[in-house]
Amino acid sequence: MKHAKTATQNACKLCNPLGACLAFRGIESCVPFLHGSQGCATYIRRYLISHYKEPIDIASSNFHEESAVFGGSHNLKIGLKNVSDQYKPQVIGVATTCLSETIGDDVPGILREYKKEFKNGSPMPILIHASTPSYQGSHIDGFHAAVRASVKTLAEKGEELSLINLFPNMVSPADLRYLKEIFADFKAPLMLLPDYSQTMDGGPWGEYHRIPPGGTPASAIVQAGSAAASIEFGSTLEASKSAAGYLEEAFDVPRYHLSLPIGIKESDKFFSLLETLTGRPRPEKYEDERRRLIDAYADGHKYVFEKKVILYGEEDLVVAMTAFLSEIGMTPVLCASGGKSGLLKKRIRELVPNMDELEIKVREGVDFVDIEDEAKVLKPDFLIGNSKGYTMSRKNNIPLLRLGFPIHDRFGGQRMHHLGYRGTQELFDRIVNTVIEQRQNASSIGYTYM
Amino acid sequence: MEQITILEGRQKQIFEKKNGVSQPDIACDTSSLSGSVSQRACVFCGSRVVLYPIADAIHVVHGPIGCAAYTWDIRGAVSSGPELHRLSFSTDLQEMDVIYGGEKKLYHSLIELIGQYKPKAAFIYSTCIVGLIGDDIDAVCKKVAKESGIPVLPVHSEGFKGTKKDGYKAACHALMKLIGTGSTDDISKYSINILGEFNLAGEAWIIRKYYEKMGIEVVATLTGDGRIDAVRRAHGATLNVVQCSGSMTWLAKEMEEKYGIPYIRVSYFGIEDMSKSLYDVAKYFPDRPEIMEAAKQVVSDEVKTLYPSLQKFKKALTGKKAAIYVGGAFKTFSLIKALRSIGMSVVLAGSQTGNKDDYARLKEMCDEGTVIVDDSNPVELSKFILEKEADLLIGGVKERPIAFKLGIGFCDHNHERKIPLAGFIGMYNFALEVYQSVMSPVWQFAPRKGGTL
Repeated sequence: MKHAKTATQNACKLCNPLGACLAFRGIESCVPFLHGSQGCATYIRRYLISHYKEPIDIASSNFHEESAVFGGSHNLKIGLKNVSDQYKPQVIGVATTCLSETIGDDVPGILREYKKEFKNGSPMPILIHASTPSYQGSHIDGFHAAVRASVKTLAEKGEELSLINLFPNMVSPADLRYLKEIFADFKAPLMLLPDYSQTMDGGPWGEYHRIPPGGTPASAIVQAGSAAASIEFGSTLEASKSAAGYLEEAFDVPRYHLSLPIGIKESDKFFSLLETLTGRPRPEKYEDERRRLIDAYADGHKYVFEKKVILYGEEDLVVAMTAFLSEIGMTPVLCASGGKSGLLKKRIRELVPNMDELEIKVREGVDFVDIEDEAKVLKPDFLIGNSKGYTMSRKNNIPLLRLGFPIHDRFGGQRMHHLGYRGTQELFDRIVNTVIEQRQNASSIGYTYM
Repeated sequence: MEQITILEGRQKQIFEKKNGVSQPDIACDTSSLSGSVSQRACVFCGSRVVLYPIADAIHVVHGPIGCAAYTWDIRGAVSSGPELHRLSFSTDLQEMDVIYGGEKKLYHSLIELIGQYKPKAAFIYSTCIVGLIGDDIDAVCKKVAKESGIPVLPVHSEGFKGTKKDGYKAACHALMKLIGTGSTDDISKYSINILGEFNLAGEAWIIRKYYEKMGIEVVATLTGDGRIDAVRRAHGATLNVVQCSGSMTWLAKEMEEKYGIPYIRVSYFGIEDMSKSLYDVAKYFPDRPEIMEAAKQVVSDEVKTLYPSLQKFKKALTGKKAAIYVGGAFKTFSLIKALRSIGMSVVLAGSQTGNKDDYARLKEMCDEGTVIVDDSNPVELSKFILEKEADLLIGGVKERPIAFKLGIGFCDHNHERKIPLAGFIGMYNFALEVYQSVMSPVWQFAPRKGGTL
C-alpha cells in the first residue's frame, strides 16, 4: 500500500556536518570543531567510530541557552582556545550546525576577532570555516564544503609546479592508499585532499596522540594553487561547490572532472588522464591489474548477467556503480539516493546512454521506506549499498552487498577497495560470490563447487 | 612520553583519592566546557535514550535529519512484540521550513505516520532549531491527539537547553502524562515497577523473572520492552525500583509525590548488588515472609552455579587493573564491586553525569590512588589509563577505540551492548567478556606491552 509521505523514515542520508568532520580529519594535525550543541559532535563521533574503529575527537562549542539567545561567539572563542591549548593543532576545521546557522552567527567574523584577541597565546592554528547547515543537503555536501573551504583558506598561487591535485570524494582509507600508490608509481607529485588513509585507519599507539599522525599537511594545500592540474571525482559535484572548481576560478588550475573510477571504462579514463598529465605510460603493474580484471569478468560473467540490483547511497557512488554494473551486464533496476542534486539521472545517462532500454529507474531524495516499497515491486536479486539497508534486506529476504559508508554491521569497511582496477576487482569478486552463495544456499543438493 | 596537561577549566572535576587527607568535593553537575571534547551528548540524547525502548509508540524527531539518522536503531533495547522503536522518523526540516516554520510539516508527518503504523502513542522530540524557530509543538501535538485519538506527547529536548540530564527529565515529564491514565484493577499489593531498566540484550526479562519467582508482580518496566498500556497503569504498583538513577530518579520522585509510591535505588550488576536488589524489594513486603524466602532461594540457586564458573576468570584476572568511564555514577559503584569479585582493582572511575553525592560515595569506595573524574574526555582518559597502567577500560562506543589504540582490553557497558550484563547470568557474561578481552594474546603486539611500532 502506498502512503502519503511527508516525514523521512529510515533516512538514506546523514547530516551536513558529519561530512565536514570526516574531511577535516584528512588534514594533518587538524581538529574538527562543530559550532553547535554538544550532541552533534558526540553523535557524529559515535557514528564515525562504528565504521572506522579509530578514536575520533571532534570538539564542540557546546551551546547553552544563553549562546542561542545572544550568539555563540563567546563559546566559539573559548572552545577554540581550549582546543588550541589541549590539542596543540596546526589547523582547526570549524563547521557550523543547524543551530549556529539559524541564529546567524557570523563565523568568519568571529574567527577574525579570535585571531586578534588571542594572538599572544599559544601558537595560532590555521582556522578553516565551512558552512554546513544540517537543514541543507546531506553529509556529502558537508564533505565537499570542508574540502573547498580548506583550499580556499590555504591555497596560494606561486611558481607553477608539476603537482597534481586530487580531490577523491568520500572514499575509503584503502582507496586513498591505492590512489597514492598509483601516483607514486606514475612518479607524479600529488596533493591529495582529504587524506584520512592513516588518521582513520592507522596502527597502534605506544603513547597517546592528541591528534593521530597522517593527513595532508597545510603546507601542501598551500601549493594547490600552483598545481598543474586538479582531478576531481564525483559526477554530480559541480564546480561551483568544489575545491577544483575554486582553484580553476581563482588560480587557473585546470579542473579535470571524472566519475569515481569504478569499472574498466571509468578507470581507463582516469589512467588515460594520468598518462596525459604526466606524459608517462601507465606502469605495467596496472596493465596487469586491468588484464586480471578482464579475465575475471570472463570467468564470472554468467553469474551476474541480467541480475537485478537496487543500488543506493551517495549520488556519486550510485552513478559510478551504475556504470560498472552496466558493463558487466547487471541491471540496476533502481538507482536511489537520499541526496538531491537534481543531477543523478542526467549523470547516469551520460555514462549509461541505454539506460531507458535497460529500464533503469532513478530516484533522488528517497529514504529506505521508499526504497523498500520499490523493492517489493521490482523484486531485485540483491541490494548494493551501505549497512543501513540491512533492515530492509532482512525483512524482505534480499541479500545485501555492503560497500561505501557506513559499514556498521561488518568488519573492515575502512579497508574495502572501490576504486580503479583493484577496487573493481574486489567488488566484482564480492558480487559474484554473493550470487554463488545465494545459489548454493537455495540449492537442495548443496554443491561443494559451483 | 609527552606530558598531557589538564585544561584549567576542568581541574576541579578531577581528583586522585588520598587517604587521610581532606579533599574538596569534586565539581560536577555543570555543563561541559566548550572545546573540551566531552563524551556527553545533549538534551535530545537524554530524552531519546529514556523513551527509545517503548516499542509500540512512534518516535518522531522534529528537526533536520541528523538527530534522527544518528539514533536510528542504535540501542540493543529489544522488544518481545512490536518494534516501532527501531524505526527512525524525522520531519527532515529544510531551509524553507526553518524560515517559514515547521508546524505544518510536523502535523502532516504525524497524521500520516499514525495512519500508517497505528501506534499506541507518539513521542515528538524537539531538536535545537525547533527551539529557535518557535514552532508550537504542544499545539500541534494537542491537535493530532484529538484527531487521532492516541496520546501525542511533546518532548522538549532542544539540544542546547541544558545537559543530558535535562533530557532525562523531559522524557520523564512525557511519561508522567501517561502514567495515571490506565486502569489499576487487578494489580497485586505485592507489585513493583522496574524503573531505569532498558532491556538491553533482554536484561529486563532476566530481572523480571527473578521478581516473578519471588511472587512479585511487575506492573511496568520503564522503559525496557516498554508498552504504552503498561506505562499508563504504572501508578497502580506498590513500589518503584529504580536503576540507572540518573535517568529515572526524577520520575520516581514525581510518582511518590503524586501517587504516594515510594522508591528504592538498586543496581543489577554484580552478584552483591543484584542480590541486594532482590532482598531490598522483599524487605519492603514484610507481611509476606515467603517473598524473602523466595528471594533467598533465587540468590542461592543462581550463585550456586555462578560462583564456581567465575573462578577461572578470577584466577586469570587477579591483580589486573581496570578503568571505568560510563554514563551514570550509580553503575560505577556496582562495577567496582563486580570487578573486585573477580580479583580486579579500579584505578580510574568516572561518569558523564554523576552528582555530588555519587562522587562522595565513589570516593569512599575507591582505593587510595584511584583517579575520579566527572565529564571527562579522550585526552584525560588516555592520560590516566596510561599513567595508572590499566589493563581494561569499561565504557561505551566512543571510549572503545581509545582502549584498543593503546593496547588495552575493553568491555562495552553502554546502550549498544548485545550481551546481557545484568542479573546473575549477566555477571558471568561480564566476567567472560572482561576475561576474553584482557587475556587475549593480541596485546603482546601492542607497543605498550613491548610490541614494535
